Amino acid sequence: MARGGIRMRYLLAYLLMLPGLLMAGEEVVLGLSKDHVSITTAFDGSEILIFGAVKRETPVPESELHVVITVAGPSHPITVRRKDKWLGLIWVNNAAVEVDLAPTFYAVATTGPMAEVLSVTENLRHKVSIENAIRLVGAPDDVGDSVVFSEAVIRIRRNSGLYQELEGQVALDQQTLFRTAIKMPANLTEGDYTTRIFLTRGGKVVSSQETTIEVRKVGLERWLFTMSRQKPALYGLMSLAIAIAAGWGASAAFQLARRD
Amino acid sequence: MAGCKDFLTGLDEHMQIYLPIAEMSVNAFLLLGLGGLVGVLSGMFGVGGGFLMTPLLFFIGIPPAVAVATEANQIVASSFSGVLAHFRRRTVDFKMGTVLLIGGLIGAALGIVLFNYLKSLGQVDLLVKLFYVVFLGVVGGLMFIESLNTIRKTRKSGGVIKARRQRSWVQTLPFKMRFRTSQLYISVIPPIVVGILVGILAAIMGVGGGFIMVPAMIYILGMPTKVVVGTSLFQIIFVTAFTTMLHATTNFTVDIVLAVLLLVGGVIGAQFGTKIGLKMKAENLRILLAIMVLAVCGKLALDLLLQPSELFSLGAGGH
Repeated sequence: MARGGIRMRYLLAYLLMLPGLLMAGEEVVLGLSKDHVSITTAFDGSEILIFGAVKRETPVPESELHVVITVAGPSHPITVRRKDKWLGLIWVNNAAVEVDLAPTFYAVATTGPMAEVLSVTENLRHKVSIENAIRLVGAPDDVGDSVVFSEAVIRIRRNSGLYQELEGQVALDQQTLFRTAIKMPANLTEGDYTTRIFLTRGGKVVSSQETTIEVRKVGLERWLFTMSRQKPALYGLMSLAIAIAAGWGASAAFQLARRD
Repeated sequence: MAGCKDFLTGLDEHMQIYLPIAEMSVNAFLLLGLGGLVGVLSGMFGVGGGFLMTPLLFFIGIPPAVAVATEANQIVASSFSGVLAHFRRRTVDFKMGTVLLIGGLIGAALGIVLFNYLKSLGQVDLLVKLFYVVFLGVVGGLMFIESLNTIRKTRKSGGVIKARRQRSWVQTLPFKMRFRTSQLYISVIPPIVVGILVGILAAIMGVGGGFIMVPAMIYILGMPTKVVVGTSLFQIIFVTAFTTMLHATTNFTVDIVLAVLLLVGGVIGAQFGTKIGLKMKAENLRILLAIMVLAVCGKLALDLLLQPSELFSLGAGGH
C-alpha cells in the first residue's frame, strides 16, 4: 500500500519535471546496488554502490558536468550538551541546545570540490552540504554561542563515520556514466535513507533524482527491539527468564561435565 | 582499555554482533571475554562482580543507562544457581531475607525515580559514575586497609582474628522481631535501612550490592556468617529482578543479547575463578580485590577530573 503511494508520488514528480527536463535536455538514470539494508545480529556496516547514467537527446553542452550524490538518514531532534568544570573540580554537562533536525547519517559525494560543483545559492536551496542539512532551533537565551553546538554535532558524527564528505569521490566517465560507493557504519539508525542525485553545470542544478534506501532491523533484532518498546513488561519478564535459563543451563552443563 | 578493544576487534571482524537495544555493533569475543574475566574474579573472590562489570561496559562504550539495566538482568541470572545451592544447604534466613527485600524494593523504586529524574536533566551518566567513584573508593580503601592490618596481625600473633560485633546501638531500637535461622532478636529498622540502601545502589549502579550488604549483615546486624551469603543472594535476586523490570518498562534499556553473552562468559569464568581462589590465601585475595576495585575507581575518577577531549555530547531530543 505504502509502496504504491510512493510510486504514485514519483510518477507525479516525473510528470511535473517533464517540461524542465525537456528544456535542459539531460536526465539522470539511477541505479543502486541494493535498495535496502538489513540490520541483522551480525550487522557490521554496509557499502552501497550508487551508479547511473546521464540520458540526453541534445549534444553535450560546453560547460563541465558535475554529479552530486547525497544519502541522508532519518532526521531526529537531538539535545547537544556541553560540559563545564563544576566547582573547579569535575566535568559536568551544563549548557544544552536542542538541534531540531539532524540526520542520523549524511554522506555527500561529488565529482569535484564543493565550491566548484555547486553554487552557494543552489547548495542552500537543495540543502546539500552537511552544514545546510542540519537545522538548529530552540537555543535558549543564556547560550550565546549556539553555533558551536551544531558544529559539535557535525564534528562528533563525522568522527564516528556517520557524516561523510566525499569530495571528488564520484567517478564520471565520458560525461555520461557515474558511480560512487557509500560506506555505512555499523551504528546505523533504522529508517528511510533518502538518496539524491544532482547533475550540475556551472554550479546550477540541471537535473535531479531521488530514491529511498530502506534500513531496517530484521529477524531477531527487529523482534527484540519492537517487543522492548511495545510490550516492555513482557520483554522484561522474558529477559529475566532467558537470562536465568542461560545462567542455570551453563552452570548445570559445567557440573555435568565435571562429574564425568 | 580503548587499545585493548581495538586489538580484540581486529582479531576477527566477522564476530561482530549487533546489540538490538544498545544499537551498536560490538565484538562478541570481547563481551564473552569481559564476562569471563569478571567471572574469574567473582569466582576467586566470591563476589557478584556487578560493580566491576558495569564500569568495564562504560569503558567499551556501552551507554551507562544500558549498562546499568542490563547488568541488573545479568545479576539475577548469575545469582540464581548460587541461591539454589544455598536453599539446598538450608543456609538462607527467609525471614531476614524478606525484611531486607522489603527495604530493597522500596530502595530500588526510589533509585529509579532519581535515575529517571537525572536522565531527564542529562545528568544520569554523572550520577552513575559519581556513585561508582564514591562507593568503589570507600569499599576498596577500607578493604585495602583492613587486609593490610589482618596480614600484619596474623604475622605478629599467628592467630585468627575474631570478627568484631558492634551491636550495642542496634539493640536499643524498637520493633523487635525474632529471626530463628540467624538466632537473633533485633529491631526490623536496621535490616530495612540496609535493604533500602542496597536497593538504591541496585537501581543506580546496576549492582547486586553484596559488597555493602554482606559486611552490614555481619557487623551491624550481627548475623552468623554461614547464612549471610545465602540470605543476601535471596534478597539480591528479587531486588535486581524488580530493578530489571523497572528499567525495562521506563527506560527500555535492558539489552538481552548483551546480558546473555556476558552471562555465558561469566559462568565459564567463574568455574576457573573458584579453582584459583581455593589455592590462594584469603588475605592475599582480599588485597588483590581491593587493588582492582581502587584501579577501576581511579580510572572513573580521572575521567571526571581530566578535561575530556570532546566537551560536547549528543542525547535524544525532546523533553
